[in-house]
Amino acid sequence: MAGLVSTRDGRGRASLRRRRLRGGAVFRLVTFAIAGLFFGLPLVAMAEFTTRNGRGGRTLETWATLTNFSKMNESYPDLKNGIVVSLGLAAVAVSIMLVLLLPTMTWVRLRLPRLGKTVQFLCLLPLSIPAIVLVVGLVPVYAWVTYFLGESTIWLCFAYVVLILPFAYRALDAGLSAIDVKTLSEAARSLGASWFMVFRAIVVPNMGTAMLSAAFLSVALVLGEFTVANLLSRNNLQVAIFMVGKSNASMSIAAALSSLIFAFGVLFVMSFVGNGRRRPADGRSSKES
Amino acid sequence: MIDGSVTTRCAPPTKRGRASSVYRSLVAFLGVVPFFAYVAVFFLVPTLVVAFGAFMGPQGLTTHNISALAQPQIASSLLHSVILAGVTAVIGAVFGSLLSYAVATSRRDGLVRRVFTTLCGVLAQFGGVALAFAFVATVGAQGLLTIWLQRMGMTISDSQWVYEWDKGLVVVYLYFQIPLMVLVFLPAIEGLRPEWREATQTLGGGSWRYWRHVAGPVLTPPFIGALLLLFANAFSAYATVAVLISQASPVLTLNIAGAMSSEVVLGQANVAKAMALAMVVVVALVMTLQALVERRTSKWLAS
Repeated sequence: MAGLVSTRDGRGRASLRRRRLRGGAVFRLVTFAIAGLFFGLPLVAMAEFTTRNGRGGRTLETWATLTNFSKMNESYPDLKNGIVVSLGLAAVAVSIMLVLLLPTMTWVRLRLPRLGKTVQFLCLLPLSIPAIVLVVGLVPVYAWVTYFLGESTIWLCFAYVVLILPFAYRALDAGLSAIDVKTLSEAARSLGASWFMVFRAIVVPNMGTAMLSAAFLSVALVLGEFTVANLLSRNNLQVAIFMVGKSNASMSIAAALSSLIFAFGVLFVMSFVGNGRRRPADGRSSKES
Repeated sequence: MIDGSVTTRCAPPTKRGRASSVYRSLVAFLGVVPFFAYVAVFFLVPTLVVAFGAFMGPQGLTTHNISALAQPQIASSLLHSVILAGVTAVIGAVFGSLLSYAVATSRRDGLVRRVFTTLCGVLAQFGGVALAFAFVATVGAQGLLTIWLQRMGMTISDSQWVYEWDKGLVVVYLYFQIPLMVLVFLPAIEGLRPEWREATQTLGGGSWRYWRHVAGPVLTPPFIGALLLLFANAFSAYATVAVLISQASPVLTLNIAGAMSSEVVLGQANVAKAMALAMVVVVALVMTLQALVERRTSKWLAS
């Protein structure tokens, strides 16, 4: 296309294009600078706040407590419990999500394609139901959960699976679309494989990156969850940070900053995982054009 | 077609064959029962609880909960929520789209872009409690920016502005609205084909014509769709505002939480359900509009 343009008025077009690129670079620089300031300042302010010693000097005491598990257990037992239970919740919710969703989505693709739309609708619907509405409705459900399973915070995992459903669905759906499940499974079936074998030896090994990105996103979401836990009177990481904030602002800000950094790390790693999958698709589209 | 047994399906159906096909489709349905059961218990039942609970009183059916929505405290919080969500959605959409254009024109595999989109993901989906604390650390009474401004001789007369719904909350909401806009709008901008700009240029059109007649019209539906999504997002936000504001209930989500945990007044739990239902109605309206707009989007930007 560029060659077509240059045949008409080569140099003029080229310089126009260059000017546009330079204008773009300036716009980009200014925008990134303003955005960097807007979003960076609170993060810097958090770091600054947590290193005050109250007499105008600096101290790393808050961070020393936060990174020392036994010390934190002594002074802020709820925060320590919150961290432990949130990590546990992330692990359990991701496991339930994968066990529930991946076989169902595969099965629907292979045997019940007519149900595909319904499953998609149900999976994406939680996006349009605010978490706080879900909590209002979950109160009686959790009365039963408590009756059957006890009051442990870990049972929040059932609600969290619903919250992560849309994001997990999208990641897994992208993964399933990238491989031709139907042809692969027909090949395996014609060679005498059972459905379980198809799932275990064909689908799961091919879905590595999709499962990983679904899991990463879910972990980040579960670790950041506050609404459901707070309103069902359970203590998780975010609720603990909130509670600590009522007595010690420095500590809660340090914990909040760490949780942000941790989520950033998880999602940053995920951005590399996702890319590994997208690259072949990009190659295909560039060949088409 | 469904599986590898095409050949058997082609054979004339015998009695046994038909019976086994019914049996097989039954087995096929069994495979999705766990998923549907789970979604029913932990998602559909809660939704129905809200929908029916809104019309339930101690003596059976009643519209008392719905009429309670007209109480000045609840009605004004609903109005505040709508205004707050609308204002932050518009501001967030405008700045977010500028930012996503800057991101879209930067290098595809560049570090800046990766860091920025990741940061947007964190702030948009993870923010909540941490965002409230970040805000306190920045512009609270002891915040970094407040202290800087004081050193420069500027004092903000109204020290409580941070905690007011039409001032501080607007700013803090932008911290998750703008990133969400970037996440939602970036794919649309990336969908603009370089060929379209080149085609405009071949026909003698400049930058203005390109934006006015090509990129603008193509990007308008996804922009409006993203704006509606931002509205729904801000309208249903709870965590940040719950941490920031502990005394009053200026927005609807706080009112719902308050009514839910209130043990003083009997029957408040059902008023909470009525408020939640009102919330669902608003969000459902917005999301339906969004779905309609999305259908127009996919015409041009389907990838």
